[in-house]
Amino acid sequence: MPVRRSLAVESRPCAFEAWWEEVLSALEAQGFSQDDIFAVHLALEEAFQNAVKHGNRMNPAKKVMIDYTVDPEKVEVRMTDEGAGFDPGRVPDPRVGENLYRPAGRGLLLIRSYMHTVEYNERGNSLRMVRHKSRPVPKS
Amino acid sequence: MAAIQPRINVEYTEEATIIAFTDERILEDTDVRALREAVESIVEQAPRIHLVLDFRHVKFLSSAVLGLLIRISKRVYEQEGELRLCNIHPGIYEVFKITRLTNVFEIYEDVESATQSFSPRP
Repeated sequence: MPVRRSLAVESRPCAFEAWWEEVLSALEAQGFSQDDIFAVHLALEEAFQNAVKHGNRMNPAKKVMIDYTVDPEKVEVRMTDEGAGFDPGRVPDPRVGENLYRPAGRGLLLIRSYMHTVEYNERGNSLRMVRHKSRPVPKS
Repeated sequence: MAAIQPRINVEYTEEATIIAFTDERILEDTDVRALREAVESIVEQAPRIHLVLDFRHVKFLSSAVLGLLIRISKRVYEQEGELRLCNIHPGIYEVFKITRLTNVFEIYEDVESATQSFSPRP
């Protein structure tokens, strides 16, 4: 049975843990591997911190809306903040030149690396991410 | 070996200062800030430090920690020291590879090989 939930989470960096435990339980119940869980954990952590710090700017009056579905094949998460949004295409590539030594852009790079689908809405304040369950490697 | 809060263990040997992160997960700003203050206080007191950061206990970290490591690295090299990382869990090593920080940090399998890699002291 797919698990579907919608939450409104307060804009505090440490609020991640409370709702992550729910997603983790759903992933384990659907048989996702530890590698999948590591990937989803990292992507959601980075997305949530971006929403809280850059989107809502730690404003306690603002929430991060999270909608997630976990089914036997995939996990899909939409995360929406109440900020002005941003253009993900203008975030510098943190792997290039002097950017290696700057703090910006690594979270977004990790989200794109660990999730199979990453899409922003036009305003840039809502992110949809999907990761498909890894197939077990067949024994030779 | 001295314990600083619950965050790090510090060991001083003839060849190097070895700092082991003791938390399994390093995520929140408060964790990162506590680590920064603890590690920087050691680096500030030891010009030309040979510093090994041991990740044997760490199973999960966020990009905020990568920023912290870069900051520590800059400070160490400004002070003419040298920095090595070691015992990095495969999942976390993948994070270093994706972000290409494998090109920035010298990463070793264990504390012994990291310690032996330092330039001889004059």
